[in-house]
Amino acid sequence: MSDIGVEQKTLQGAAQEVRTEWKGATEEQLVYAGILDKGMKLGLAILVVTFLVYVFGILEPFIPVEDLPKYWGLPVGEYLQQTGIPTGWGWVGLLGNGDFLNFIGIAVLAGVTIVCYLPIIPVFRRNRDTIYATIAIVEVAVLVLAASGILHVGGH
Amino acid sequence: MCRWSSRVWLLFSVAFMAMAVAGPALATGEPQPVMEGAASTAPWWVWPLALFVVTFLLGIVAVLGGVGGGVLFVPIVGGFFPFHLDFVRGAGLLVALAGALAAGPGLLKKGLADLRLALPVALIASSAAIVGAMMGLALPTNVVQIALGVTILGIVGIMLMAKKSEYPDVKQADALSTALRINGIYHEPSSGQDINWKIHRTAKGLAMFVIIGIMAGMFGLGAGWANVPVLNLMMGAPLKVSVATSKFLLSITDTSAAWVYINQGAVLAIMVVPSIIGIMLGSMVGVRILAKTKPAAVRYIVITMLLFAGGRALLKGLGI
Repeated sequence: MSDIGVEQKTLQGAAQEVRTEWKGATEEQLVYAGILDKGMKLGLAILVVTFLVYVFGILEPFIPVEDLPKYWGLPVGEYLQQTGIPTGWGWVGLLGNGDFLNFIGIAVLAGVTIVCYLPIIPVFRRNRDTIYATIAIVEVAVLVLAASGILHVGGH
Repeated sequence: MCRWSSRVWLLFSVAFMAMAVAGPALATGEPQPVMEGAASTAPWWVWPLALFVVTFLLGIVAVLGGVGGGVLFVPIVGGFFPFHLDFVRGAGLLVALAGALAAGPGLLKKGLADLRLALPVALIASSAAIVGAMMGLALPTNVVQIALGVTILGIVGIMLMAKKSEYPDVKQADALSTALRINGIYHEPSSGQDINWKIHRTAKGLAMFVIIGIMAGMFGLGAGWANVPVLNLMMGAPLKVSVATSKFLLSITDTSAAWVYINQGAVLAIMVVPSIIGIMLGSMVGVRILAKTKPAAVRYIVITMLLFAGGRALLKGLGI
């Protein structure tokens, strides 16, 4: 039988595979879970520490805390206009401020899912699971697009 | 334990009613549909502290009521705190995201959340959530408020009417789910059995996630209230798999929408951090209470709260 024939037979067999006994989570599921667990804990830890730095005034915030009530009731467009805060990844340039320091933890929490996808793509490819490898690649592209800051919203 | 949970309820009721009464007064003195709290007279630290207390209590209620934190957070904080709805929705997404990230690893390792079921659904929902987030930030606030109010009242309807099926009867997997090999097995500790499952109506179910994703992104609600009925009742996944996969799914859907809010500046650390910590601590307490109480009555309290908060969002949107 040719290589193509063997591959087709393997794929057909895989497509018809129905597990009948619980043998634990799949390899890709465990890989994903492991990274998610570490990333989530790291993000939360950073969030707590940076928030303490912020509220105890260890690093001066970009917007003084006592001025916050003037801004938090505004629509986001007006808030950005009045404070001069940049959109997109502009917050990276403000990390020296206590309030924007918190964005590190927020970015870790919002970014960990993207990282989780990366190591499962080779697992799918190794298992010749082309459809799921493609789904994972496209998902990474979608999440990176969302995170990139390329998408702009016409504010209200 | 009963006495203790009664005290928690009393505390919650007092806090909730205090926010209901004092919120608008502290914020501006009168209900304002668009400028929620630009002229708050309370010292700045009162609101983050109140946010922490309320989200802690919401965390307890969410676990006992079997709902996600985001669905309670947005209408209640949006209705009774001085923050603009843009920031509330940004914080709501991050609250729902943090809860989903925290639950995800355990659910995946136990095999309750299923990656093969989640990945195609997540791709559709997360793409739609980006569109929803952009729409939410582009539309006038009163339009979003009205839509939010209607949605919350709709969720109340779903909670009251939707049935659940522990093990839906799926006679035959459809062609799409067979091609994608969306099937699985999990161990049910209560019966000691291994439960085999498969799904059907996959294409219709996936199409539903376009709408769910848009709503999740637009309102920052999380979407467990919609994910579970579609996965369980429409697609035929067992209830436990549906609930767990839905929770895990939020970690992907809310990631895409959260980035849109972060990049548009609609995230305030002073709101996000106390909310995330409050709701997570509350959830931990809620899980402990859940083990020793019957939460059936709590579900009706959650429904009442949503009814109240949804009604308020609708009235704010209409400028009433």
